[in-house]
Amino acid sequence: MQISVNFQAIAYLVSAVLFVLALKGLTHPASARRGNYLGMAGMAIAIGATLFGSEVQSYGFILAGVVGGAVIGSILAMRIKMTDMPQLVAALHSFVGMAAVLVAIGTFINKREAELLNGVLMGELSAGIIIGAITFSGSVIAFGKLQGIISGKPVHFMGQHAVNAAIAIATIALGVHFALTESMTSLALMTLLAFILGFTLIIPIGGADMPVIVSMLNSYSGWAAAATGFTLQNHLLIIVGALVGFSGAILSYIMCRAMNRSIWNVVFGGFGSESGDAPSAVGEAAEKGVKAAAIEDAVYWMEDANKVIIVPGYGMAVAQAQHAMKELMEQLEARDVPVKFAIHPVAGRMPGHMNVLLAEADIPYDNVLEMDEINPEFSTADVVLVVGANDVVNPAAKDDTSSPIYGMPILEAGKAKNVFVVKRSALKGGGH
Amino acid sequence: MPDTLVALYVFVLSCFIGYYVVWGVTPSLHTPLVALTNAISGIVIVGALLVTGLESVSTTAEIIGFFAVLLASINVFGGFLVTNRMLAMFRKDKK
Repeated sequence: MQISVNFQAIAYLVSAVLFVLALKGLTHPASARRGNYLGMAGMAIAIGATLFGSEVQSYGFILAGVVGGAVIGSILAMRIKMTDMPQLVAALHSFVGMAAVLVAIGTFINKREAELLNGVLMGELSAGIIIGAITFSGSVIAFGKLQGIISGKPVHFMGQHAVNAAIAIATIALGVHFALTESMTSLALMTLLAFILGFTLIIPIGGADMPVIVSMLNSYSGWAAAATGFTLQNHLLIIVGALVGFSGAILSYIMCRAMNRSIWNVVFGGFGSESGDAPSAVGEAAEKGVKAAAIEDAVYWMEDANKVIIVPGYGMAVAQAQHAMKELMEQLEARDVPVKFAIHPVAGRMPGHMNVLLAEADIPYDNVLEMDEINPEFSTADVVLVVGANDVVNPAAKDDTSSPIYGMPILEAGKAKNVFVVKRSALKGGGH
Repeated sequence: MPDTLVALYVFVLSCFIGYYVVWGVTPSLHTPLVALTNAISGIVIVGALLVTGLESVSTTAEIIGFFAVLLASINVFGGFLVTNRMLAMFRKDKK
């Protein structure tokens, strides 16, 4: 069976519409699963329309690749722990980047043999390879940092910005040279430099900025797909690439805004090493009369509270304490104490990470509120329990101009009558 | 209008669609959003199929294409399935 070019174009259009509807489905948790199914349908139509089109004639390698990918992908998706979601996402971003590089090189070889190369196409190929390569090596670094294979702290080296700028200029110059001359040496050097650039761009970012990196690479993977679309003159790839690229860009912006920092500051500033300011905050708090609370005290206060708000952070994820949170919630609700969860936008290691962990522990999403929704409620709550999320409630962000996180919007836990802070080391005791 | 310009039109207008649709996504679903966009950026599989399936494809291009298909396919299957797994966990309060 073979379908005509026009029929294929219509199928691609249907597929693009389904992808837009898939994203639209994520407007609310109730419609989200349907959205995901629409996305799957869109992908199935796109792949089907390509396979049955006139351009695809040999199927052996394709079948092997698709089946191999299906097996590996399904195993990854089923086995991954929810706490490790950022790592999986980083790994998948790197695959998109690498696939884009391979498609561009493969297209170059095919078009050269068919003698269909021209300047515009060569320029587009260069762009595709550069963006794809940066996405790949950047995501590999992000994966390494998240997995703890390489240090999560920002790494700085002398003349960082100058080196990055020099590599970027050299990469583009080689791309132009390749487009004009079809020189294989330029192609190879350009690809190599783009891989190095992905490495040097991401290695200085780390620590608290991980959610921004994950979002940024999400965006890059979209632009890589769009660049591939330009080289192949395939509008479906261009549409999808733009959707994904903008999605990642918006998430990066939301993350940066939640830390009161500009994207440039995150990308080039290499801040993110927050280990220094936590002790000072604790020291300051000690002067204000903080006492080490016994578990019995916490239980006593919570049992009689009119309302308890729990603020989870990355510490909860590390300790796998989301299930203990669920138990605590049930115990309190059994005593008619309402419990709500307050999520700061940058809590966890990727956007929305806390919400997924709480959902995994079977905590209903209507009890989980975002910063703007919950902030007015803190002043009316008897007890706030902060679980491994000290920085997002640190009042120093509000009034201490010398604090590195000054200006960052915070959860106003300080307005509640009692605040219990559970640090990672004490977490087991705090959950019960 | 040259093809590349048509492509540019499509690209720019799609950026606007992406902008408005993604702002509508609820913050509680940002992780599934990243996973879903991961899955749909596996659309580069279309490019990989076109490279690999060409009638007159050389062995080099075919092998390069195979790896592209494999990687993109991991994205498609891994991305959609993990998104589905996450979304299945989100539930409303019973009360």
